[in-house]
Amino acid sequence: MYLGRVVGRVWSTVKNECLEGHRLLIVQPVTPELKDTGKRIVCTDWTGAGAGELIYWVRAREASFAFSPAEVVTDATIVAIVDELHIKRPPLADARGSEPTSEPRPSGSGRARSGSGA
Amino acid sequence: MILARVVGTVVATRKDPRLEGKKLLVLKPVSPEGKDESGYVVAVDTVSAGYRETVLAVSGSSARMAEGCKDRPVDTSIVGIVDNVSLDEKK
Repeated sequence: MYLGRVVGRVWSTVKNECLEGHRLLIVQPVTPELKDTGKRIVCTDWTGAGAGELIYWVRAREASFAFSPAEVVTDATIVAIVDELHIKRPPLADARGSEPTSEPRPSGSGRARSGSGA
Repeated sequence: MILARVVGTVVATRKDPRLEGKKLLVLKPVSPEGKDESGYVVAVDTVSAGYRETVLAVSGSSARMAEGCKDRPVDTSIVGIVDNVSLDEKK
């Protein structure tokens, strides 16, 4: 399951009969920090989510299970609207982030790629 | 599901018997704004889509659930013709 934000919708009149009556929304996947990540995709909607709402969605075959026992032909479905999000960052996250930048300096010869690029 | 544009057809004489009579189209994935994205994909058409039309394509095992694709060796199927895409103006 992935976090996403509803950013638009799709209208389609002619469609496979398995999709009749289902809302199609455009979802922008987001990181837990709510930054956009990856390509926008079209999802069927199980929740009645509205524009701009933070949701989570399911990918692949399991996406159609939300509508079970109906067989809806979909590979992405919005299955919940997110109320709140709590993220606890590991205390070492900042320290790890600074490591790669400080490492290449002393071992410049070992990192030929970064050396030639600069 | 992805948005894609029909850019061509595929003709195959020798194929799995379960694919006989199925229209195969070449799709180019597009962004919601209509810009081309990378790659191409061949899909089975279930809605009689035409050349240059924007369509909805389902991939993976879900593609087999489409009416007309049950129990057939299909991993991408066209399940809708897109009339309109609306994006919330935010940025």
